[in-house]
Amino acid sequence: MRPFKYSNAGDPGTAIGIVSANTGAKFLAGGTNLLDLMKEDVMRPAELVDITRLKYADIEQVPGGGVSIGATATNAFTANHDIIRKNYPLLSMAILAGASAQIRNMATNGGNLNQRTRCSYFYDVNMPCNKREQGSGCGALKGINRNHAIFGWSEKCVAVYPSDMAVALAALDAVVHVEGPQHAKRTIAFVDFHRLPGGQPEKDNNLKQGEFITSIELPENDFAERSYYLKIRERSSYAFALISVAAALVVDGTRIKQARIALGGVAHKPWRASVAEKWLTGKEATEANFKMAAEAELKNARPLEHNKFKVPMAGKAIARALQGAMQGGIYGLENDTEG
Amino acid sequence: MEDQPKFPDLTDAERKVLEDLMPDEVSEIITSGIKRRHFLKLITFTGTGLLAVHLLGTEQLLARSTAATPLPPIGVENGVNVTLKVNSQTQKLLVDSRMTLLDMLRERMDLTGSKKGCDHGQCGACTVLVDDRRVLSCLTLAATCENKEVTTIEGLADGNDLHPMQASFIKHDGFQCGYCTPGQICSAVALMREAKNGEASYVTNNVRQTGKNLKLSNEEIRERMSGNICRCGAYPNIVDAIREVHGDKAVAEVWQFADGTI
Repeated sequence: MRPFKYSNAGDPGTAIGIVSANTGAKFLAGGTNLLDLMKEDVMRPAELVDITRLKYADIEQVPGGGVSIGATATNAFTANHDIIRKNYPLLSMAILAGASAQIRNMATNGGNLNQRTRCSYFYDVNMPCNKREQGSGCGALKGINRNHAIFGWSEKCVAVYPSDMAVALAALDAVVHVEGPQHAKRTIAFVDFHRLPGGQPEKDNNLKQGEFITSIELPENDFAERSYYLKIRERSSYAFALISVAAALVVDGTRIKQARIALGGVAHKPWRASVAEKWLTGKEATEANFKMAAEAELKNARPLEHNKFKVPMAGKAIARALQGAMQGGIYGLENDTEG
Repeated sequence: MEDQPKFPDLTDAERKVLEDLMPDEVSEIITSGIKRRHFLKLITFTGTGLLAVHLLGTEQLLARSTAATPLPPIGVENGVNVTLKVNSQTQKLLVDSRMTLLDMLRERMDLTGSKKGCDHGQCGACTVLVDDRRVLSCLTLAATCENKEVTTIEGLADGNDLHPMQASFIKHDGFQCGYCTPGQICSAVALMREAKNGEASYVTNNVRQTGKNLKLSNEEIRERMSGNICRCGAYPNIVDAIREVHGDKAVAEVWQFADGTI
C-alpha cells in the first residue's frame, strides 16, 4: 500500500476542509472497500480523513413522517434498528443480503453508497478501465462481461453498481443529505445520486470533492406490509448479485395502487424499473401480470456477449420478488411458486 | 595481567589463524573487534573459497566483540499513535498509518492467533471482536482503533478454562487444518451475542417481527457464518459446534476414535 497521511476528524468542518483542499484526500469510514482497493493499488489516496467518529450515526423519526438514517451508522445497526425493521423492512432485507456479518458491522451507510464497482477490469491494474484510468478503454465491453450491465451502459463502461442497500433506497425514493465546504448543505434525490457512465465513468455519483453524506432520509410510505428483496447470486450467501430486485406494493384488495421496483446487478446505478411500475399500476396483483410487467421493462435491455442470461433471469426475478412482496415479505415463500 | 586482551575467549587455534594471516593487526582485533578494513584484508588474503568460509566463521566469532551501539529509532513516515485495549490489556503503539489491525496484532503484539488468509476481506480468517462486534482485522486500519477494545482468539479463554465455543469446536471436530478456526470461533462468539440481541439475517423468516433471544435454525447459522470460509469443508461440524453452545441441549458428535470411544 502506498503511504498516506491519516487523521481523525474531530468535526465536520475540519474533515471537509482537508478533503476539499486536496484532490488526493479521501474520507475514510468503514474502509471495507477503500482499503481493499488501496491494497490492490486501484485507489491511491495521499491522505485519509477518518469520519467515523463524527456525530452522524443516529437513526430517528423526522417530523412529518419518514426516518433519517445517519451516514456513519453501520449497516448492521441500520438493518437491525426497530424503526427500519418495522417500517422499512425492504431496507433491512437488502442490507442483510449484502456482504457478511463482519463487513456489515464495519461498513457505514454513507460508505455503502460510495463503494466502487467490483468489475474485475476495474480491480486489475494491468487491464484497461476507463473508470480507473480515464481514456484507457473498457476491458469488459468486448472482454468477459458475464457480470456486467444490461441497462444504461456506454461504450466507455459496462460496469454495474454492487450495493444491495442502494437498490432498496432507490425503490423507496430516498433522499441523500450532503454537506460540503463552507457548511453548504444540499439534498440529492436518490435516483440522481448515482450516475450512468456516459462519457465519464470515473464518476460513480454526483458528490463533489469535499462533500460527504450526512444522512439518508426515507419518506413515509405504505409499503411495509408488502415488500421483498430478492437476490440471485452464484452461491447462496456472501456474493455479489447477478440480479437483485427490490419490490414493494400497495394494494387495494387485489388491485395494485402503487408499485416500486428497483434492480441491482444490471446497471451502473440501481435501476428503477419505471416501465414495469407504470404497467402494474391499477392492474390486478397476479403472477401473470407480474411477468408481463417484467417483460415490458426488459424490452429495453441491451445485454452484452456473455450476460444474455440476465434478461430472462431478471424477468423471473422481478415476478418472484413481486410475489414475495404480495406474500408479506416472508423469506423463501416466493420460492414455492412457479417463477 | 594488564595486557590480557579484553575478550580473551579465542582458542589457541583461532588465535593462530589470525596471527598467521594478519600478524600486525591481531592484537587490535582481539581488543576492539574486527573492523571492516580487517575483514576486507582477510578476504584479500584468502585465495580459496574454502578458506573464505573458514574466515567468515572467524569473523562471526569475533563480531560480538564490537561494542554494541543500539540503532537509533527508525522514523515512521505517517506514524500514528494509538492507544487501545487488546484482550483487556492497554497497549500504546506508534504505527505506520498503513498498518492493519491484523498486522499490528500479529507483528507488533505477537498475537498470531488471528490469521491472514486472503488479506482482502473475503475469507474471515482474520475475524476479531472490536467493542464486542465481529470485524475483519485485515480491513481495519490500526490507526482507527483508538480507544477501542479488541478481543482476539487468545483473549477468549479464562485462564486454562476454554471458552465454551472453543470447547465445542474441539468436541465437534469443527476444523481440519485449523487455519480458519480462530476466525470461525471469534465469529461464532459474536453470533451468539447477535442472536441474543435479536438481530436479523437475510434468511430470517420475517424481519418485521422483532424480539430477543432468537433460536437459530441450521440455515440461520450457516447464513450468519457465511463470512468465514473453511477450505477443508468442516462446515457441518462447525454448525454442530455452534448449535451446541447456542441451544440448550447437547449435540452428539458425529465422530469417534477408532477404538469406538469418544
